[in-house]
Amino acid sequence: MDSSILTIEAARSAVAQGKITAQALAASFYDKIQKEDPQIGAFLTLSKERAIETACRIDKLAADGKPLPPLGGVPVAIKDVMVTRGVRTTAGSKMLENYVPPYDCTAVARLEQAGAVVLGKTNCDEFAMGSSNENSAFHPVHNPSDTSRVPGGSSGGSAAAVAAGMAVIALGSDTGGSIRQPASFCGVVGLMPTYGRVSRYGLIAFASSLDHIGPLARTVKDAAIVLGAIAGRDPMDSTSANVSVPDYAAEIEKPVRGLKIGVAKEYFGEGLDSEVRKAVEAAVQKLASLGCEVVPVSLPHTAYAIPTYYIVATAEASSNLARFDGVRYGYRARNASMLSDMYRRTRDEGFGAEVKRRIMLGTYALSAGYYDAYYLKAQKVRTLLTRDFDEAFSKVDAIVTPTSPTPAFKLGEKANDPLAMYLADIYTVTADLAGIPGISIPCGETREKLPIGLQILGRHFDEATILRLAQAYERAVAA
Amino acid sequence: MKVTEKDVIYVADLANLELAANERGRMVRDLNSILDYIDRLNELDTSNVGPMAQVADRYAVDDSKGGGDRFGYASRDDVLEGLRKSLPREEALRNAPESDGTFFTVPKVIER
Repeated sequence: MDSSILTIEAARSAVAQGKITAQALAASFYDKIQKEDPQIGAFLTLSKERAIETACRIDKLAADGKPLPPLGGVPVAIKDVMVTRGVRTTAGSKMLENYVPPYDCTAVARLEQAGAVVLGKTNCDEFAMGSSNENSAFHPVHNPSDTSRVPGGSSGGSAAAVAAGMAVIALGSDTGGSIRQPASFCGVVGLMPTYGRVSRYGLIAFASSLDHIGPLARTVKDAAIVLGAIAGRDPMDSTSANVSVPDYAAEIEKPVRGLKIGVAKEYFGEGLDSEVRKAVEAAVQKLASLGCEVVPVSLPHTAYAIPTYYIVATAEASSNLARFDGVRYGYRARNASMLSDMYRRTRDEGFGAEVKRRIMLGTYALSAGYYDAYYLKAQKVRTLLTRDFDEAFSKVDAIVTPTSPTPAFKLGEKANDPLAMYLADIYTVTADLAGIPGISIPCGETREKLPIGLQILGRHFDEATILRLAQAYERAVAA
Repeated sequence: MKVTEKDVIYVADLANLELAANERGRMVRDLNSILDYIDRLNELDTSNVGPMAQVADRYAVDDSKGGGDRFGYASRDDVLEGLRKSLPREEALRNAPESDGTFFTVPKVIER
C-alpha cells in the first residue's frame, strides 16, 4: 500500500487522478487490517460488500472524469455503537452480538453520501461505558503506541484504527470524553462537536442529554472536513440543531493572532502527570508565540463534574437500556418459564459488569426517596458547571487544558477499581455536561514515547475557532 | 455504608436485573465507594439554582425562529405516517429471538 495515503486529501486526489482505484485502495486497507489488527483488536466486523459498493460508485465517477464528493474513496471506520443497515452492530455487547440493523445512522449515511468507503465497525467499551476499552464483551483493544497499554475509551477501536493507519478517519461517540480521551492516548485528533451539531439518529443511546458523534482523524483538517460532512439539522433527531454549518475547512485557515485563550488552574491541579503538565504548558506557550493572548480564567465547579456526570449519565442510561429485554431483538436467555424471568435472566446474562453497575447506580439515583438527593442535585450542579463556562467564555474565545491527567495506562491497571477509571475523564466530562465543543490534538510524547493530548474547548456552535487554533498549533509544531 | 445488600436486591428488582448472590457483595461495595465520592456534591448550596435537564434548555437550537421560540427543541410539522414508512413486517421481525412470522413470541406472561 502507498503509506502516504493517510489523509482525506491524499486518498481523494489519488482516486480522482486515477493513481489508484477506490476499490484497490479499500483492498489495501483490508490487507493492512488482516496483517496488523490481530495485534491491536480495533475491528469487530468488516463490511466488505458495502465498501466495494461505495468504492465502485466512486470509481465510476472518477472514470467519467466527474468531480469526487468531499470524501470520495476515503476508507473510514465506524464505532460499533452506530447502526449500519445490513452490517452487524453490537455496541460491544453480548446483548447485540448478532444484531443486524434494518436502517442507517444519519452520520454514517451522510459520510457515505460524501463518498466515504465504510471498511467496518470498531471495537468499543460495552454501550460506550468505559475509559479503556476493556469493557468490550469481545476483546480488548491494544494501543498502537505500546500494545501493553489501553487505547483509551470508549471509542478505543476507532482511535487505534486511525493511529495504526487501518482507516483514514473514524467516527466515535463522546458522552464523557469517549472521543477525546482515546484520541489523546493514541496520538490522533478527536473532535466532540457541540451538543446538537451532529444528529444522533441511529446512535445506540447511552445518555441522551450527553451523547455526541464526532470524528477521529490524523489531522485537524480531516476532522474539519468530516464535521462538515456530518453536521446539520436532521429531521429524524429532534435534538439536532437548526444552525447553519460553516465551511470548516476554510475557517481553519483564518489567522489566530489576537484570539484570547483561557487557562484554568482547576485543570492543572492534583493528579496531573508532570510530563503531561509540561507538554500542555509548552503548547500554551506555542499558541502565545502565534499571537494568542493567554488569559487566566476560573472554572470553580470543575471538581464536581465527575460526581455530577456519574449521576446524570447513569440515570439516563438506566432508562435508555431498559429496551434490551430479549423480545424484539438481541440476546434472549433460554428456557425461561415466565416473561418476567426471561427479562431478568436476559439482562443478567446479556450485560457486562460495568453496564450493570451503571444501570444499578442510575436506578438507585432515580428511585423514590433518592431522586432529590442525587438526580435533582446533580442537575442543579450541572447548571453551575455550565455557568462557569458562560462566565469564562465572556472573557476568552477558547480554553486550553490537558485532555487526560495521564498518558495511556496499562491494560488491567484500573480494571478492578471503577472510581479510579472514572477519574480518567476528569478533564473531559465538563464539556459534555455543558454541551460545548472540544478537540484533543497531539502535543508531544512522554519519555516512554506515549502520546500526550491537548484539549481546546470552545463556545456553543463555535467549532470553527477551536479547529482554527488546533490547525495553527499543528502547523507550528510541524514547521 | 449507604447501600446495603437489601437495597441492592430492591434496586436490581426495579432495574429488571437478576444479580446472582456472588455479584451482590461486589455491587454493594462498588456503589458505596462511588456514592461516597458523589456525596461531595452536598458541599454546594444549590437552593437557588435551577436544574438543567438538557443543553437545549439554555441554548438556541433553531436559527430560523426568533425570540423565545428560538430556544428548546426544534419542532417539525405533524405529518401522516411520520418521516419514514414503517418497516415491513418481515424486516421488523428479522432480529427477533423468537417469532411466529406475524408476532414476537414470549414466554407466559401470567401464571395460572
